[in-house]
Formats: sequence, structure tokens, C-alpha cells
Amino acid sequence: MKILSLMTVFLVGAALIYGTLDMPKWGDPQSPASTHVSPYYLNHSLEDTATPNVVTSVLADYRGYDTFGETVVIFTAGMACILLLKAGRKRRGNGHV
Amino acid sequence: MTRDSHDVIVKTLARLLMPFMVVFALYVVMHGHHSPGGGFQGGVILAAGFVLLVISHGLEQTRKRMSEKVAEIISSIGVLIYGGIGVLCLILGGNYLDYGTLSKLLRVTPAEARSLGILGVEIGVALAVMAVMCTVFFAIFTAGESSQDDRSVK
Amino acid sequence: MFEFIISHYNYWMYIGLMMVGFYAMMVKRNLVKKIIGMNIFQSAIILFYISTSVKKGASVPILEHAHEGHGAVAHAVDVMQYANPLPHVLMLTAIVVMVATMGVALAVAIMIYKRYHTLEEDEIIMAMKRG
Repeated sequence: MKILSLMTVFLVGAALIYGTLDMPKWGDPQSPASTHVSPYYLNHSLEDTATPNVVTSVLADYRGYDTFGETVVIFTAGMACILLLKAGRKRRGNGHV
Repeated sequence: MTRDSHDVIVKTLARLLMPFMVVFALYVVMHGHHSPGGGFQGGVILAAGFVLLVISHGLEQTRKRMSEKVAEIISSIGVLIYGGIGVLCLILGGNYLDYGTLSKLLRVTPAEARSLGILGVEIGVALAVMAVMCTVFFAIFTAGESSQDDRSVK
Repeated sequence: MFEFIISHYNYWMYIGLMMVGFYAMMVKRNLVKKIIGMNIFQSAIILFYISTSVKKGASVPILEHAHEGHGAVAHAVDVMQYANPLPHVLMLTAIVVMVATMGVALAVAIMIYKRYHTLEEDEIIMAMKRG
């Protein structure tokens, strides 16, 4: 079982390393990730939002709906913790499960 | 574990550090427009202050300042601020979370209205993150307190 | 060949880290060790994303000469001078979600421990089969 898992790990790792052969170089300014939408954000952030920190303006303005989803996710995680650890205890205190 | 520590050095240091942590957290939230920072980071620093308070002064002392119920309410308020600003933009005739329409309400240019909208949203995120971190920490910290026999299998 | 290794070995480091987490998730019998493996896995993904945002000689994506006041005249921004902000944004939220998932996972582990008095996977499965 352990050998099988180790083989799976090495297989997946080899497949991923094969995938990196086509990746852009480290620190390449012309890589596809840095030429598609991020120049728009860098060029228009100041006139659109008057915010010099581009990370903040993308986080809360250009992709605000995404961040709203993330906030709801962590809110749900907090509620899940309460439901798992607090609600069960109160019910047990009353004597019935 | 839930009692306070008897170490004078730990207690005094925690008491000294707590206001600076809160001020730094507020600085990180408010200065997120001009330097690295924002709602997520500031909220986590605020929550770290309360975690320090629990470790040094015990749970009972901390519950006077931040109880579980208050944390639940504040986390809901944080999400409500975020969603409420979005709905406010909707009411003022824009798209959801399109802060440019807030300029009618705040009497500034649309770009500055967007800046202020981002600030409001960051405050909402900071409140939500702080309260959720406190909630998770309290829930896991107090999990060992209750009796652990009646639902077990053996 | 040497240049290729120099420009690509960062990806291999992240893959190594990711596989450490993957192995821990698959093989370890202790549930807390599985959670730690999941955390290592997520950290590897975050490092990978951050490394795609790097541009050689670029600084953090905070625009210079913008502190003179709001509504300053927008002058041409040299895109090559600033790192790519998008992966930073995505990973900022991913880190918070990582902490949230870890909290829920630990809460579930505590519930399992309360019920079975153990965190070892095979012992839990045996107890489940018995009753």
C-alpha cells in the first residue's frame, strides 16, 4: 500500500515536471500571465479608482464580486465551526442526543 | 488551559502590546490604498491581538471584551457591510458593487467615490475576518471543556 | 541546458513541496497529519502562483508618484516596472480560505476524537465496523 502510494506520488510529480517544460522562464516579463489583463489593471487603476495600490483596487473593485464570495466562504467556515463544536454541546447538556 | 497564566512578565507584555497591535491593525486596514495591506491582513492582526489576550489573561477575562456571541454578530455585520454597499450601488442606479455611482451620495468624483467604496468594503472584510478568526479560535480552544463520554462508541 | 535549469527549477521546488503534502495526505494514518499535509499542498500552490507574477527587476504593484493626492494626472505607467498584481490578489484570498478550511478540518477532527477517542484512521474504521 505504501509502495503504491509512493509510486503514485512519483508518477504525478513526473507528470507535473513534464508540464513545467513548456512554462515561461522565471521572471519573464513577456510571459502570458503578465501580458493579458494585468497591463490594463496597472494602466487604469489610478484614473479609475484613485488607488495607487493595484492589488487593493483589483481585490475590491475590479474583482469585488469574487472577494464578496470569499468573505461569504470564511463566514460560512466560522458558522460551520460553531455548528460542529458548540451546538452539539448544548443539546447534550439537556440530556438528549 | 482556559485559566489565566500566573506569569507577571507574560501578562504585562501582553497588556503593553495589545493597544499597539490594535492601532497597527487599524493602520493596515486604513492605509491599504497606499501600502501593502487591506481588510484581510488587518482583520487577522486584530484577531491575533485577541488570541494573545486569551493566552495571557485567560478565557474569562477575554470573554468580557469579546464573547462568542459578539463575535458572531460582528462577523454577520461585516458581511452585511460588504453586501450593503453593493446593494446601495444597485439602488443608486449602477451595477452591483459598482462604487462609481456612490459619487451622487458622497459628492465627489467617481474615481474618489470608488476609492471610498473600496475603503468601506475593506472595513467590512476586516470585521468579518476578525470575528471569524476569533470564533474559530474560541470554538477550538473550548472544545475540550465539555464532557466527552455520552456520544462515544466504546 | 544549464540556463533552462536555472530558469525552471523554482517550479520543480514547488512540485516537490506539493508531492510531500500529497504523500502525507495519502499515506499518513493520523488525521491531524493529513490536515498538515493538506496545508503543505496548499502552500505549494500559493508559492507557485506567486512565482508566476514575478518580473525580473520589477517592484511591488504599488504605483509610484501617485501619493501627491487623489485625482493626480494619470501619466503613462511602465508595465514592466511593476509585478503582476493578479496572482497576488487571487492568493490573498486563497490564504484566508486556507485558514478557514483548516479551522473546519480541525473542528471535524475534534468531533471525531470525541466520539472514537482516537485520531488513527484504521482504529476509527474498526470501531465503525463494530458498531
